[in-house]
Amino acid sequence: MNILKLLTAGSVDDGKSTLIGRLLYDSEAILIDQLEALQRSNRKNDDGTIDLAILTDGLKAEREQGITIDVAYKYFQTEKRKFIIADTPGHIQYTRNMVTGASNSNLAIILVDARKGVIEQTIRHTFLVSLLGLPQVVVAVNKMDMVDFDEKVFDTIVADYKKLAAKVGLENVAYIPVSALKGDNIVFESKRTPWYKGSSLLAHLETVEIPVDTQSEHARFPVQWIIRPQTDELHDYRGYAGRVSSGSFRVNDKVTVLPSGFSSTISQIELYDQEPALATAGMSVTLHLADEIDISRGDILVSAENTPHVSKQIETDLCWMDTRALDTTQTYFLQHNSRITRCRIQEILYKFNINTLEKAYDEDFKLNDIGRIIIKTADALAFDFYQDNNANGGAILIDARTNVTVGALMFRANAE
Amino acid sequence: MDYLDELEAEAIYILREVAGQFEKPALLFSGGKDSITIVHLALKAFRPGKFPFPLVHIDTGHNFEETITYRDEMIARIGEKLIVGHVQDDIDAGNAIEQKGKNASRNQLQTVTLLNTIAKHKFDACIGGARRDEEKARAKERIFSVRDEFGQWDPKRQRPELWNLYNGKIHTGENVRVFPISNWTELDVWNYIRRENIPLPTIYFAHEREVITRGGQYMAASPFLNLDEDDLIERKNVRFRTVGDMTCTAAVESNAHHIDDIINEISASRVSERGARMDDKVSEAAMEDRKKGGYF
Ligand SMILES: Nc1nc2c(ncn2[C@@H]2O[C@H](COP(=O)(O)OP(=O)(O)O)[C@@H](O)[C@H]2O)c(=O)[nH]1
Repeated sequence: MNILKLLTAGSVDDGKSTLIGRLLYDSEAILIDQLEALQRSNRKNDDGTIDLAILTDGLKAEREQGITIDVAYKYFQTEKRKFIIADTPGHIQYTRNMVTGASNSNLAIILVDARKGVIEQTIRHTFLVSLLGLPQVVVAVNKMDMVDFDEKVFDTIVADYKKLAAKVGLENVAYIPVSALKGDNIVFESKRTPWYKGSSLLAHLETVEIPVDTQSEHARFPVQWIIRPQTDELHDYRGYAGRVSSGSFRVNDKVTVLPSGFSSTISQIELYDQEPALATAGMSVTLHLADEIDISRGDILVSAENTPHVSKQIETDLCWMDTRALDTTQTYFLQHNSRITRCRIQEILYKFNINTLEKAYDEDFKLNDIGRIIIKTADALAFDFYQDNNANGGAILIDARTNVTVGALMFRANAE
Repeated sequence: MDYLDELEAEAIYILREVAGQFEKPALLFSGGKDSITIVHLALKAFRPGKFPFPLVHIDTGHNFEETITYRDEMIARIGEKLIVGHVQDDIDAGNAIEQKGKNASRNQLQTVTLLNTIAKHKFDACIGGARRDEEKARAKERIFSVRDEFGQWDPKRQRPELWNLYNGKIHTGENVRVFPISNWTELDVWNYIRRENIPLPTIYFAHEREVITRGGQYMAASPFLNLDEDDLIERKNVRFRTVGDMTCTAAVESNAHHIDDIINEISASRVSERGARMDDKVSEAAMEDRKKGGYF
C-alpha cells in the first residue's frame, strides 16, 4: 500500500469541502466521536442533512467568520491506498495556499460547477497545477444534480477543458461527473449517470498511477548531516545522512559532489541496522564514499553520468507569497535542498496574468503574483530545471528581515 | 515504497533537518507511544552517532508509575541525555497555581514548565509527537511551527511550507516546534510500532486496575484525583490509548494484551484517540486555545 497526496481546487462554493466530507463519510473514515460533534453542530443543509463541509473546517476564527483561511490536511485510507488531502479553500490568499498545497501533492482534483462550466478560476487553477508540474489531474464536474445529470452539460465542459489542458500542457486528465452533496460518483457509482462509463472518484484515486523517478542517471542526494561518532571503535566512521530526492544509488556507483566537483564511488549504503543494495527516491539513508572528501551540509551527491547545472545565475518562475511586495533592492535568503544562500533579484522578465494566461510586463510583485525573473545567488547552486526534476528544481525565498517564507521558485533555465 | 517506509523516511528527513538547522534543539519526550516512536526514528536518523539533542520530559508529578519506569529504562538502553522539568518546581516557586475541585488537573500547568524549561536551556527547536489527524486545529499545523517568545502559536503567522523545504530561520527568543510524524495517523503509529517491534509502557495493554467513572469515561483511581462520596471505585480490565497526566487520561475497557489486539480494537472502535482525553472535551475549540497559549 502506498500514499497518494492530493489537492482540491475550486472557487468558493464549488463544493470542495462538501466533496472531501463526502469522500470521508462514504468511505467510513469519520470516527464516531467526530460524527457526534458533527451532529451536535447546528449547521445543517437546507434539507436537514448534516453539512459535511464542517469536517474540513479548522480554526475558530474561521468558524466564526464562516471561511477557511489556510491549508488543512486530512487523512483517510481504504484497503488499497492511504490518502493525504491538502484542503486549500478559495479566497484572496488562494494562489499562495494552492501553490503550497500543490507542491506537496501528486494529484489535483479541479472542481467545476456544472452550472458555470470552465470559468476564469478554472483557468487559474489549471495554470497553477501545470506550473507546479503535478503528474495527475481529475476534473470533477460537481453539482450534476442541479443540471439533471445531463450528459450534454458534462460533454461541453469536458470539451472546453480539453482545450485549456492542451494550452497549458496538462497530459493526464480524468473527467468525472459528480454530486458531492448527494454522493453521486464520489465513492459509489451513480445510477443517475448511466451514460458515464468511467469509475467513481474514489475508485480512480485508488488506482491512478503515482510516477516515481528512480532512474539511476537522475540520482540526487542532498547531504543533510554528517554522522561522525568519533568513538574508539568507530574512529574513522564518516557517513553522509540525507534523503534521495530523485533517481537511485547503488554501491559502486560513481558519484560527483557538488558544487565542489570532486568524484568518488559509493562504498556502502546504510539504513540503521540494514544495508540496502539500492537507495531510491524518497529513502532516507546514510551513504559512505570510497574516498575521503570534504563534504558538508548543503552539498549534493549526484550521478557522475548526469550532473545538474551549477550556476549563480538562474532564470526562474516566482510565486510571491507575502503581503509585502517583492523588493528588488533587498537581499533575500534562498533555500534549495539543504543549502541556504543569499540572493538578489537581478531582473523581472515578465508576469503571468493567471486568468488569461497572457504575459504582462510590470515591475511590481505583490501577494499571489506569478512571473519569470532572473536571480543571482551568493553561492553556486547545483540544480535541475523544475520541469525535468521537481525535486531538485524548486526553492524558497526567505525575507532576511522577518525570516518569513515569501516566495516559491521553480528553476527554468541557466542564465549564466 | 510502502506507506510505512515513506512515513519513516519523511520523519527521518525532518529530524535531520532539525539537526542541521538549529543550534540547540530538544526532543520532547512524554512517555507516550508517539514520542517513543520518535525516539526510535531518531535512532534511525543518527546512529551510530549520538543524538544531536537531549530528551526533555515535562513531569507533572501525576505520572503513571509505568511511564517513569519505561522512561528510565529506555534512557539507560539508548544512552542519551535526559532533562526533566518538574511542574512541582513551578508550583513551589509560585509560577503556577494548582487547580482546585473535582476535575483538577496539572495538564494546563505543563505549559508553564515547558516554557520555563525552553527558556532556561535556550532551546531553539522542540521536537514533538503531535499528529495532524488528532484534532481539527492540528490539521493546519505546519511541520516547522514558529512560536514567539511566549510560546504562542498564531495561525495567521504560519509560514507556507513548500515541497520538503522547511524554513527554520527565527529571531532570538523565538523557537520552533517540529512535528516529524505530522502525516501519521494513530493506526500508522501502531502499525509501525508492531513492524519495528518497539517496546511500550505496560499501560498501553489491557490490565486490571481500579477506576472511577467521570463524564462517562474511566479514570485511573489515584491519589491525584479529588474523590468525593459519589465516586465509585471499581476494578476493570482497561488499557490507555494515550499517556499523559493521570488526572486527565481516560482508559477504555479492553482485553487487548497484544499489539495485534490493539490494532484490531482501534480499527473496529472508530472513536478518535483524543475522544479519550478529558481536556479536549471542554469545548470544540479547546485545543486551539491551548495551542495559542504555548501547549503543543
Ligand atoms: N446541489 C448541490 N449543492 C452542492 C453540491 N456540492 C456542494 N453543494 C453546496 O454548495 C455550497 C458550497 O459548498 P462548500 O462545500 O462549502 O464549497 P467550498 O467553498 O468549495 O468548500 C453548499 O451549500 C453545499 O451544500 C452538489 O453536488 N450539489
